[in-house]
Amino acid sequence: MPPARSWRTYPQGYMLEAARCKKCGKTFFPPRLVCNKCQGREFERFNMQRTGKVVTHTVIRTPSDEFSGEAPFAVGVIEMDDGPRLTSQIVDVSFDEVKIGMPVKLEFRRLSSEGDAGIINYGHKAVPART
Amino acid sequence: MAVGIIGYGAHIPRRRIKVEEIAKVWGADAPSFKKGLELLQKSVPALDEDTITLSVEAARNALARAGIDPKDIGAVYIGSESHPYAVKPSGTTVAEAIGATPDCHCADFEFACKAGSEGMFVAYGLVKAGLIKYGLGVGADTSQGAPGDALEYSAAAGAAAFIMGADDNLMIATIDETYAFMTDTPDFWRREHQFYPSHGGRFTGEPAYFRTVTGAVTGLLDKTGLKPGDFKYAVFHQPNGKFPKRAAKLLGFSFEQIEVGRLVPLLGNTYSGSSPLGLTAVLDVADPGDRILMCSYGSGAGSDVFVFTVGDRVRKAREMAPKTRWLLDENVKYVEYGEYAKLRRKIRLAEK
Ligand SMILES: [Zn+2]
Repeated sequence: MPPARSWRTYPQGYMLEAARCKKCGKTFFPPRLVCNKCQGREFERFNMQRTGKVVTHTVIRTPSDEFSGEAPFAVGVIEMDDGPRLTSQIVDVSFDEVKIGMPVKLEFRRLSSEGDAGIINYGHKAVPART
Repeated sequence: MAVGIIGYGAHIPRRRIKVEEIAKVWGADAPSFKKGLELLQKSVPALDEDTITLSVEAARNALARAGIDPKDIGAVYIGSESHPYAVKPSGTTVAEAIGATPDCHCADFEFACKAGSEGMFVAYGLVKAGLIKYGLGVGADTSQGAPGDALEYSAAAGAAAFIMGADDNLMIATIDETYAFMTDTPDFWRREHQFYPSHGGRFTGEPAYFRTVTGAVTGLLDKTGLKPGDFKYAVFHQPNGKFPKRAAKLLGFSFEQIEVGRLVPLLGNTYSGSSPLGLTAVLDVADPGDRILMCSYGSGAGSDVFVFTVGDRVRKAREMAPKTRWLLDENVKYVEYGEYAKLRRKIRLAEK
């Protein structure tokens, strides 16, 4: 990802900034301009809690070049406790432990880097939540 | 005005490698590392973990304990000898990720294993001077030892973060006194563009670590009039299990005083995170009124020493984020040398 593109999404990538519709309360990640539930156009921004659960998951064994050194890895759709769903790698877990409904938390991780000389992109990945 | 720690947090990668697993590859004698250096295993960062990611997680735990608005953090200092970039600060990414930007001063510190306590020292000084409301100091590393070198058995990864402030109602531990001891000592170094550090072998012990740590702590005791018996806990930089024990003995501290903060047998040497992580483990169990001594050590060489007195809020604050000994055990996965070599990028891949 070119540096400028990832830079513009730092609030979402770094702080999980989402938007809550002021009219009906529906939450969106990433934020959007029009609410698809009530057509509302006013939102308040907030940083999501970094907890959620796995809705669906799979294992990627032949990824794009960018992630080739990391394969195989688990990817899932995570439903955040604040409502929105997002796609994330699920790491620090063996594949057979990943289950639908598994509680996860999002940790700050390297997402990709442009070779040894390029920019490093940071964001979040899901790990099993344990208490 | 009392200034001190109003938030603290730790973070440790979940992978571990045992000393036997490394010794097996190099035909070395594992019992001599286990018994001689009191090292059992060390933490190993994943490919997607580095000084920045570990710092962010530790800083978030510190923020959870402080309960402050991150916009009030006026300084973010990251101490490390493994900053991900040679040119581009770690501090700005950490500050952005915790929501402290843009009204914030950032700097990256480097001083072998002492960089973390430097960040704490400067953040504390700025709060005390009244220049900032809160300051964040982080010690974090994902350090490497050359394959087969003695350092490979100990070089580990982890981070500890401390938010300094002056709010009485937020105080977890006041900083009552500091002292620093520096000399030019060529015990450990890494030149630009070198992947692994070099060290002076046995020279790293007596004239380097022990001279500096005992000099620093003696200086602090002279300055304050305190005696070893006045402290409930002491945390020394811990490159292996043996050095902090010997330093304690030379200075007149007991094993009981250093035991709680001595994480190295299970964690390895987290370099800039070493004594700061030990301090987080002590704050996890200390009682209000307990006095704590922390002494870092960085090759090159120098030590920063702090005297803390634990405040009433420690009991409530410690429950607001994961405790350090819990992180040491949480979801731990043991790796073999092959995976470790891949994770630490010790395997040369084909050029693309
Ligand atoms: Zn709506």
